[in-house]
Amino acid sequence: MQYTEKVMDHFMHPRNMGEIPDATTSGEVGNPVCGDIMKIDLKIENDIVTDAKFKTFGCGTAIATSSIATEMIIGKPIDEVLELTNKSVAESLDGLPPVKMHCSVLAEQAVKAALKKYLEENGKMTAEREKYFKILNEEDEHEHAGPSIYEYVDDAENSKK
Amino acid sequence: MSQQKRRYFDHAATTSVRPEVLEAIVDVYENHYGNPSSFYEEGHDAENLLLEARQRVAKNINAKPDEIFFTSCGTESDNWALKGTAFALQKKGKHIITSKIEHHAILHTAEWLEKQGFEVTYLDVDEYGMVRPEDVEAALRDDTILVSIMMANNEVGTLQPIKEIGAICKAHKVRFHSDAVQALGAIPIDVEDLGVDMLSFSAHKLYGPKGVGVLYLRRGNRLDNLLHGGAQEKGKRGGTENVALIQGFAKALDLAVADLDQEAKRQIDLRDRLIKAIGTSIPFAKLNGHPSKRLPNNINFSFEFIEGESMLILLDYQGFACSSGSACTSASLDPSHVLLAMGLPHEIAHGSLRMTIGRETSLEDIDALAEALPPIIQRLRDMSPLWEDWENGKIKNSLIPEYSEY
Repeated sequence: MQYTEKVMDHFMHPRNMGEIPDATTSGEVGNPVCGDIMKIDLKIENDIVTDAKFKTFGCGTAIATSSIATEMIIGKPIDEVLELTNKSVAESLDGLPPVKMHCSVLAEQAVKAALKKYLEENGKMTAEREKYFKILNEEDEHEHAGPSIYEYVDDAENSKK
Repeated sequence: MSQQKRRYFDHAATTSVRPEVLEAIVDVYENHYGNPSSFYEEGHDAENLLLEARQRVAKNINAKPDEIFFTSCGTESDNWALKGTAFALQKKGKHIITSKIEHHAILHTAEWLEKQGFEVTYLDVDEYGMVRPEDVEAALRDDTILVSIMMANNEVGTLQPIKEIGAICKAHKVRFHSDAVQALGAIPIDVEDLGVDMLSFSAHKLYGPKGVGVLYLRRGNRLDNLLHGGAQEKGKRGGTENVALIQGFAKALDLAVADLDQEAKRQIDLRDRLIKAIGTSIPFAKLNGHPSKRLPNNINFSFEFIEGESMLILLDYQGFACSSGSACTSASLDPSHVLLAMGLPHEIAHGSLRMTIGRETSLEDIDALAEALPPIIQRLRDMSPLWEDWENGKIKNSLIPEYSEY
C-alpha cells in the first residue's frame, strides 16, 4: 500500500505535534490494544480554538490525520470546528484507503471528545450542538480488542479501556 | 522517494535472484524451450534438464529424485501436503495436528479442511515461539493422519525441534510434514536425519526465482492430487513443467548449499551484532524469538509505546527495507498471530520490527541500521501519548524491562 504525498508530508513533518501545558480542554481516544491512541489538546479563547496540539501512538496515517486535523481547526470558532468530519479529514489528505479510514474517525473523535468536555464543563452544550457528537457513540471497529494491561496510577485515568 | 543507498533487510519476504541463477533460467528460455512431454529432440532435451534438476535438488537434501515434485510455490506445496494427505488418508482418520505459528498457507488450508469435516489441533508454543515435542505426542489420536510443524518460523526465526517431532511421528506411524520454506538454504536439511515424510520449499527465499516450489514426498506415502491433468510429475501434478524456473531452483540450491555453513556463520555474527546493538542502545526493546535457536538471518524486536508501521515508513525513508507484525501492515485488525501465540500482549505486538539479513548484507549495513534505529524509535516515542504517560509516571507497569541482557 502506498500513501498519498499529503499523508507522507504530514507523517514526515507533523504539524502541531506536542502538548499545550495550559490547555483549555483535551480529548483522548483509542486503545493501546488496538495499536492506536490519539490525544488532542485545545486552547480555546472566546469560543475560538486558538491553538491545538496532538500526540499519537499509531501508524503513519494516524499521525497524518491528527496532524492535519489540528491544522483544520486552529483559528476557527468552536461551532465551525464542530462541523469537522472524518470525511473532511480524509479528503484534506487527498483520500485514504478503506482500511485506513478508521484513522480519520479517530481524528474526528479526538477533536470532538475535547470539545464535548469543554462545552459540558462550561455549560455550553445545547441540543443543537449535541448532534455533532454522534461519532463518539459509534461502536469502535476494534471493540473486540478488550482492555489494556497497562495500569494507570490515577484512577481518573482508568477511563482508558 | 529518496536518493540514498538502499539497504534490504527483508530477506524472509523474498531475495534477489543470483546472477548464476538468472543465467541458468535464461539459458533454458533461449536454448531449451521444448515441452518435456514431447517425443522429439527438443522435448527430450527439456526432459533431460528436468531430470537433472530433480536429481540435484534431491541430492542437496539427501532424498531420492523420485521424491521431488516441482510446484509453483511454497503455498502450493503446503496446500498439496495438507489437502493431498487429508483426502488420501480420510478413511484412516480425519485428525490433523499443526501449530498456531504456522504460515497462513498452512493455517488457512487447515481451516478450510475443518470446513470439509476434518478436525485440526493447533498446538500452542512457548514464549520463544517453539513447539514442544511432548505437546505433539499428547495431541496424537488414533485417527491422527498428519502432523505439520514448520521448520523455522518466518517472523521470529525460531527453529523447531523437527528431529524430535519426527521421531515421535515415526514411533506412532503418523505422517509428518514440515514447511521448510524459510529453512532451505539457510540451515542444513537432511530428510533421513530429520525423519520427515514431506517438506515444502520455495525458490525465491534462497536467491532463486519466484514461481517455483518443491514438495518432497517420501516414497510409500499416498497423496491425492491438487492439480489434475496430464502425466507430469508422475501424474501427481498436471501442468507443463516450468523447466526454466526449475533449473533456476536447482542452481539456487546448489549455490546455497555450497557454502551454507560458512555463510550461516557469517550471518549469525552479523545477526548477533545487530541484536546486541539494538538491545543495548534502545530502552524497552524486547528480542522476539529464541536467542540462539533461530535462523541465522532473523532479528525481531518489539519496541514498547510505539507502533510498527510508522517505524517502517521512517526506515524506508532512510533507505532501510524492513517488516513488521503490526496490525496496520496486515489486512486484518490484529497484530501478528505468531507474536500473539508466543504470549506477547497486543500492546507490544503492534510495535514489532522484523529485520532479515542476507548474503549481500555487510557489516556496514548492520552498523548503519544500528545507528539509524535509535533516533527513529525516539522520534516516534516523542509523538506517542503512551510514552508521555510512561515518562510522567502515569503508567505503573512497562511491559518490557528498560534493558535486558544481550
